[in-house]
Amino acid sequence: GLCQPVWRFQVSSALKEGHVTATELCQRCLALIKSTRFLNAYITVAEETALKQAEESEKRYKRGQPLGVLDGIPIAVKDNFNTAGIETTCASNMLKGYISPYNATVVQKLLDQGAVLLGKTNLDEFAMGSGSTDGVFGPVRNPWSYSRQYKEKSVSKSHSEDEESNWVITGGSSGGSAAAVSSFTCFAALGSDTGGSTRNPAAHCGVVGLKPTYGLISRHGLIPLVNSMDVPGILTRCVDDAAVVLGSLAGHDPKDSTTIQDNFKPFELPSLPDVSKLSIGIPKEYHAPGLSSEILALWSKAADLFKNAGAKVIEVSLPHTRYSIVCYHVLCTAEVASNMARFDGLEYGHRSDMNKSTESMYAATRREGFNDVVRGRILSGNYFLLKQNYENYFIKAQKVRRLIANDFLKVFGSGVDILLTPTTLSDAVPYREFIKEDNRTRSAQDDILTQAANMAGLPAINVPTALSERGLPVGLQFIGRSFQEKQLLTVAKWFEKQVKFPMIQLEEVKRHNHDVFQHQKSASLS
Amino acid sequence: LAPWVPVVGLEIHAQISSNSKLFSGSQVQFAAPPNSLVSFFDASLPGTLPVLNRRCVEAAVMTGLALNCSINKKSLFDRKHYFYADLPAGYQITQQRIPIAVNGSLSYSLCIDNKMSQMVTKTVRIKQIQLEQDSGKSLHDDTRSQTLVDLNRAGVGLMEVVMEPDMCCGEEAAAAVRELQLILQTLGSSQAVMAEGQLRVDANVSVHHPGEPYGVRTEVKNINSIRFLAKAVDYEIQRQIEELENGGTILNETRAFDSKLGCTVPMRDKEGKQDYRFMPEPNLPPLILYDAKSLPANMNHQQVVNIDWIHERLPDLPSVKRAKLVEQYGILPEHSFALLNEDGLTEFFENVVKQTQMKPKKVIGWILNVLLSYLKQHSLTVKESPISSLMMADLLNLLEKKEISSTAAKQVLAELWKGEEKTPLEIVKEKKLELIQDQKELEQICQAVIDGQENEVIMMALG
Repeated sequence: GLCQPVWRFQVSSALKEGHVTATELCQRCLALIKSTRFLNAYITVAEETALKQAEESEKRYKRGQPLGVLDGIPIAVKDNFNTAGIETTCASNMLKGYISPYNATVVQKLLDQGAVLLGKTNLDEFAMGSGSTDGVFGPVRNPWSYSRQYKEKSVSKSHSEDEESNWVITGGSSGGSAAAVSSFTCFAALGSDTGGSTRNPAAHCGVVGLKPTYGLISRHGLIPLVNSMDVPGILTRCVDDAAVVLGSLAGHDPKDSTTIQDNFKPFELPSLPDVSKLSIGIPKEYHAPGLSSEILALWSKAADLFKNAGAKVIEVSLPHTRYSIVCYHVLCTAEVASNMARFDGLEYGHRSDMNKSTESMYAATRREGFNDVVRGRILSGNYFLLKQNYENYFIKAQKVRRLIANDFLKVFGSGVDILLTPTTLSDAVPYREFIKEDNRTRSAQDDILTQAANMAGLPAINVPTALSERGLPVGLQFIGRSFQEKQLLTVAKWFEKQVKFPMIQLEEVKRHNHDVFQHQKSASLS
Repeated sequence: LAPWVPVVGLEIHAQISSNSKLFSGSQVQFAAPPNSLVSFFDASLPGTLPVLNRRCVEAAVMTGLALNCSINKKSLFDRKHYFYADLPAGYQITQQRIPIAVNGSLSYSLCIDNKMSQMVTKTVRIKQIQLEQDSGKSLHDDTRSQTLVDLNRAGVGLMEVVMEPDMCCGEEAAAAVRELQLILQTLGSSQAVMAEGQLRVDANVSVHHPGEPYGVRTEVKNINSIRFLAKAVDYEIQRQIEELENGGTILNETRAFDSKLGCTVPMRDKEGKQDYRFMPEPNLPPLILYDAKSLPANMNHQQVVNIDWIHERLPDLPSVKRAKLVEQYGILPEHSFALLNEDGLTEFFENVVKQTQMKPKKVIGWILNVLLSYLKQHSLTVKESPISSLMMADLLNLLEKKEISSTAAKQVLAELWKGEEKTPLEIVKEKKLELIQDQKELEQICQAVIDGQENEVIMMALG
């Protein structure tokens, strides 16, 4: 029969009822991480500390005093979040071996809730990329490459050749986190999203990827790519779980002056969401060149689903969508040039042996520490920030950004509640295909459907929808109004229930006899 | 030869007097062990974010109001990029686009021809005041080919005060800075002690012929005292005039003042003009200030800075204090300048006046001419004076009651100066310095003298 997505609620109640202990859960996840090492999803596995945390959690459960729903739940964190005592590398030579003295606010919040931090996940270097292929620890492999669903659909010449040459990318830049969640090695993971870096790999890996509203979740401790667009992202296997994690993370942080002051109230999603009173907008510009016919068809089907449920579905226009990529290019590279200026080898991180002068030490350190992608963006960004170029590039891009944001305001102001769009142009491509184009080209192509939401600071979510003809996940994206995550997630949950996205059939998972996943009860107990 | 018009403008960095830094919670303290006051943000650890210090904002508003500026209710923060060992983030957070205060003025006074009795008031326009981060300190150790970096100062709040080129010589620059220093100290927004690096002055100097456009200007740095400021500016003016009169040109460069040689020299390390690639600071929202009118009703006053509230609580500025002293005590304006110019002297003076019957107009002479010169001779501050205001008052009372002469008073002072805890009266008795008031007694003494000098008296009587 149909397999249902794994509900974290079930694990939570399993922990509560003692069907499984936090330590057992942690050990199983650690074992699964080991046997799925070929995915290269993790840069650092914090085995010792994780087991300690699990032990503590177990004690609390025994006392009947769990800290909350997340107590004892194994999670993973993208390696651009600061974790005290655990290496934070950003998949870069610049920070190899760097042990931060502090926890990012979001990490601290999860730990305060009793979550068990399994490790740091792989990414594109400094989150620059859309494939999770350009980090110094190598590319992340999409778990679906090894799924029965994908293998069945691929035209095989020989078994071993296929596995090695046909594996597909996770998307990026939070590919490690997406792969970790997708392969059941953890129950939730943190990513980051600047142009789609959480939603894109979520779509390719068949998991839920939430980009919250800018200013809702603290960025303190998230090593920045573009300060004015970055948000911590949440990756889970179902929408309800995303809501729970959001509830534990959102809210004002005095350490981050860009978080809103208003009190945030964690919410629970209705068990039977209703979309009949909603107005769903279909932005015509998102029918972008290169959009696969498969995804186009799914998008249309999805629209029909809403129509049939009684929602009002209308076509809308976001006329400046096509400028968002170039606009992003200018603003992103400018901020990158600025944010990367601190990496000079002096206070922390890699320092070159070159010591003829301070300048030569800086130059050598930065050449050795950064990959081509990072250096390319720094050079571009510095160019745009030069006095003679600032007005024509940076200021212009900011103005265009305002236009893009206004497009959304207009549409939402006209009565549309939620926008429905594809997340990616196609399903995941094989690695050997992906690397034929350079990072910049790929990013420009792959960010096209996700980038505008970052421009406007809006919340958006990828919901896994169906498998493609090649047996790979395809997701659709919902974009909501600022700070209306509850509405956004309610719609997403309704949609998730409708499409019943299949569970990945991974041999390793089965082998590990994750019998907690056999608890297929539909009623959520928490 | 046609006359030259020197033009002098100043860029002054005043360290804000606050417990913690501009954007982080680490402490502000002079001469602490190296790298002991450095937060994660100050060290530019990746992922750290700036959080604006309210006290620093208030200090800047106070200073802006005291300098008659318009306070911008909305101001912005920017990043100014350059690479240097004492700038961990590779950029400084400053206010380039819209600073916190603009368009003010500062009045200061000068003596004409070095005579204290002729003072003239001048004004210099204040272009703007901006909030920005201080950098750390780097020490170059050439023997070991290394640079030592201390980040204690990195991130300390600064107010940059820009004075328009309305000044014409070293004396004017010095007087303007002195007055600014007094204002800052009165407000408490900065301790403004140059020797501790709390007040740094860079001078922009150029010369031109009247009626012609301004000349190329040079920037003079490394000025460590107000006295050196005057010297540096005057030297640079002379240097430029000589250079131009000899057919040379002035380079738009940065020069350092060498206090030993008393001249300015070109600074190394400056290769052409830097492009600082200014960019808005994305982690800080615009700084919004309120006044009584614009303050929303339901806003928590802890969350906002109210310009009017600050204005109401401004202390008397030096110019006001001086005027009050003149009015209250009948002293001359130049006296009031001298009083305010020395830390603690006004208080001392007022305490003496309170405790003596001598008129303030007479007291002031003893304070300024006698006490102050003693202090200067021995390089002491008023606080370190071995003579207390009470002792001074007692002494002046003796003088006023004509129990001693003014010569005797000066002798007593010399004794008091030794700091042996004797009262003036005790010293007078000890040294038998009392003025004799009794007429008969005086006659007797005179008679005794005359009696003892018979020959001289006869000689005098004979003409």
